[in-house]
Amino acid sequence: METGGFPTLSNKSIFGKSVFGVLSIAAVAVGLAACSSSPKRASAKDRKAAPDFALKDATGATVKLSNLKGKVVLLNFWATWCGPCKVEIPWFIEFQQTYKDRNFTVVGVSMDDDGWASVKPYVTEKKINYRIVIGDDMLAKVYGGVESLPTTFVIDRFGRIASSHVGLISKKQYENEIQRLLEVTADDSNRSVGLFAPGGLLAFVRAPFARAN
Amino acid sequence: MLLAACWLSFALLSPAQTDTNVLSVTAPVGVVLKAGATAEVKLKLALRAGYHVNSNTPSDKYLIPLRLTWNPGPAQVEDVVFPKPQMEKVAFSPNPLSVFTGQFELTTRFKVPATAAPGPSALIGKLRYQACNDRMCLTPKNLDVAMQVDIVR
Repeated sequence: METGGFPTLSNKSIFGKSVFGVLSIAAVAVGLAACSSSPKRASAKDRKAAPDFALKDATGATVKLSNLKGKVVLLNFWATWCGPCKVEIPWFIEFQQTYKDRNFTVVGVSMDDDGWASVKPYVTEKKINYRIVIGDDMLAKVYGGVESLPTTFVIDRFGRIASSHVGLISKKQYENEIQRLLEVTADDSNRSVGLFAPGGLLAFVRAPFARAN
Repeated sequence: MLLAACWLSFALLSPAQTDTNVLSVTAPVGVVLKAGATAEVKLKLALRAGYHVNSNTPSDKYLIPLRLTWNPGPAQVEDVVFPKPQMEKVAFSPNPLSVFTGQFELTTRFKVPATAAPGPSALIGKLRYQACNDRMCLTPKNLDVAMQVDIVR
């Protein structure tokens, strides 16, 4: 009697192999989908230190990245001519406002060739409430050669790059990452693993000993 | 398994930045310019699928326009003619943008002085463009354009 395609004892091993094969392909496909687009994330133990820099902001004050240790930093390379960057800026303004009292800050690195001439009016026009500096080729190089904008690095409290994104992603995705990093304390810093897809959080394996502030 | 696949994917991936050479320019060959006359020279531009460049008249003051400039040479530039821009809707902008996509031509009208010395010469120019797709923008680029010409009487 036909079993309608359901496995019988006699084809169980074939079914098992098929299922394994299908699952393997699916897992690789999902893995690639999750990881092969621009977002790149590292588990806490594999994070690399964000290259330090010291650049002047619009007021002439120095922004030194290493002085921001203890804060979660969203480091956004952008430019006034970049349309997708324009979409993100209101989100970052909101993040700065919402999380500034929880040891979070946004730093914008403008890659405009003409520097403050374009950037100052833009910052005023968009009412940007976070610190902006003017980047250059050298800074772009140490951050992996920033040739596409926006390029954004989410930096943990310990000055390490937790994730990087090239191109426009969702506000929710940034917010998830920020909130997750804000929850991690010094003791937890090496113990959490995140798995993300371009559309958002795919899975988050939180170490049992990780604790919120 | 999923995690392993993800790690494998991380390991296999090249740096996150994309290949940024999205525009190619082809200059004509065998261009003959007659001294004392005007001539039109067309450059063929081809943009990678999915990308656009701002037109010569972008929709926003902050956007970087497409520009073609020529160095002083055996012929004087009378005009650079751009095609009619497309008004294209892109994901990141509420308003359509004035752009060029795909393949298009830029025409330069040269005037060759009557006193121009006959013989082989070159016209050297620069194309400045700034390209985006629907998720990201590439930093502005300057592309050198060189064209061998033959000046005749």
